Amino acid sequence: MQATLIRSLVFLAAASPFHWLVFAAVTNQLGPDPARDVMHFTGEWSLRLLAVTLCLSPLRQLGLWRYPFRFRRMLGLFAFFYGTVHLVGFGQLYIGWDSAILIEELVERPYITAGFAAWLMMLPLAVTSTRGWQRRLGKRWLRLHQLVYVAAIAGSLHLLWQARSDVGEALVYGVLFLVLLGWRGWRYFDRKLISKPSVSQASESP
Amino acid sequence: MARRFKAPHIASSQITSETAYFNRRELMKAAGIAALPCALSGASRAAAAARPLEFKAASAGEQGFFTEESLTPESDVQSYCNFYEFGTDKGDPAKYASEMTVDPWSVEVTGLVNKPGKLNLEDILGRFDLEERIYRFRCVEAWSMVVPWIGFPLSSLLNRFEPTADAKYVEFRTLYRRNEMRGTRSFTSIIDWPYKEGLRMDEAMHPLTLMSVGMYGKTLPNQNGAPIRLIVPWKYGFKSIKSVVQIRLTDRQPGTSWQELAAHEYGFYSNVNPDVDHPRWSQRFERRLPSTLFNPNRIPTQKFNGYEEQVATLYSGMDLSKFY
Repeated sequence: MQATLIRSLVFLAAASPFHWLVFAAVTNQLGPDPARDVMHFTGEWSLRLLAVTLCLSPLRQLGLWRYPFRFRRMLGLFAFFYGTVHLVGFGQLYIGWDSAILIEELVERPYITAGFAAWLMMLPLAVTSTRGWQRRLGKRWLRLHQLVYVAAIAGSLHLLWQARSDVGEALVYGVLFLVLLGWRGWRYFDRKLISKPSVSQASESP
Repeated sequence: MARRFKAPHIASSQITSETAYFNRRELMKAAGIAALPCALSGASRAAAAARPLEFKAASAGEQGFFTEESLTPESDVQSYCNFYEFGTDKGDPAKYASEMTVDPWSVEVTGLVNKPGKLNLEDILGRFDLEERIYRFRCVEAWSMVVPWIGFPLSSLLNRFEPTADAKYVEFRTLYRRNEMRGTRSFTSIIDWPYKEGLRMDEAMHPLTLMSVGMYGKTLPNQNGAPIRLIVPWKYGFKSIKSVVQIRLTDRQPGTSWQELAAHEYGFYSNVNPDVDHPRWSQRFERRLPSTLFNPNRIPTQKFNGYEEQVATLYSGMDLSKFY
């Protein structure tokens, strides 16, 4: 009962940025250039939730806070959700669903390529996030879901390559992801090269 | 097209007598004292109220001083700005530009001129006949507005200082005052302040090139470049440098802030050109503000922002994809 309540609260919290966005759009609070606001907002929330999701394993492994690990899938799916709204916003607001422009943007603009790649990598992770797929893929599921690391790097580059004169925000996300991925890298090498691998630990990542 | 303002065709200097002029200063002083408790309480410091200006209304014609396109609402022009001295967010200038002191203000004109000197803002407002120009304003970030500026041609300002025959370029500088401009205190900003811009002499002397002191019938709000700024309607918005304190005439092409930051992305000319993309995004379309989610108001961008007829001859024979 209590677990369900907490789960619902986490769900509501992760969904609240979207609710705020819809509310702001309906009540006309997005200002003269809502396209830009919507894109910044959804892109940032996708990155933020991705970062939160990637925090959960280290928190558990360090024994600091084990409880939220169970929301990993939900939060990961929310990161994908905001990324999808971001992508739909790009189609509607920036390129007007013009496939010729889309192809040109994908080919000529590295930051678009990186962002699109990040979304594309999250897509199979979202699809295979169910228990059924987890069972069906077995050990390969873990391997597949390590794509989230690459998606996080691509997402950070997507932000960094857009910075015009102030790279502060991009640096914050970049450093955050570097720490989160660095921790995993360090653990990996620590297990592989120094101590003997343990099966129970391996099942915890990503 | 009907004129939007019924303003007298008389220069303000002819209307205002000298005594009234000095009385006004007394009045302003009195107002300053009255505002003191407010300043002490820290509320809306230096957010000088916009004063109405007297000017000649814009009229249609071949010169491009007027457009029938609908104006971007004044509140949008005031709330959606790029003025990185106050932060990189579009809303930052409206929030923080009131921290900038714009009175007293003077513009220094130096370099290759016979009569270098300084003009106080009062002199500028008194000596030049103000006129309204309704221009398209196209930002390099692919959004655009239509704004009724009030000002006078840059050429009449420059002529007053008598440029020498050697003067080939004009360099402009924005005010740089760290304690009043929080964006310049950002550790992660990579702009080398003060903000600098430049024009070729013939561009500077072109009748479309305006020194603006107002918009929508009133003096400029701080976030829009008070008290005096440049407007070059056929170039990307960042060329239209704000809150100008220094103008220098030179024989060499001056460095500009954005060019120094990323020369492959921002050229000296930066003429609006749908055929030359910014390396990171397309320039073929623009969002005419205000736009909404269901009607993004995407329109094709015009060469020289629609002022091709007036300015194309300035660049005849030049490869615009090379001199972007």
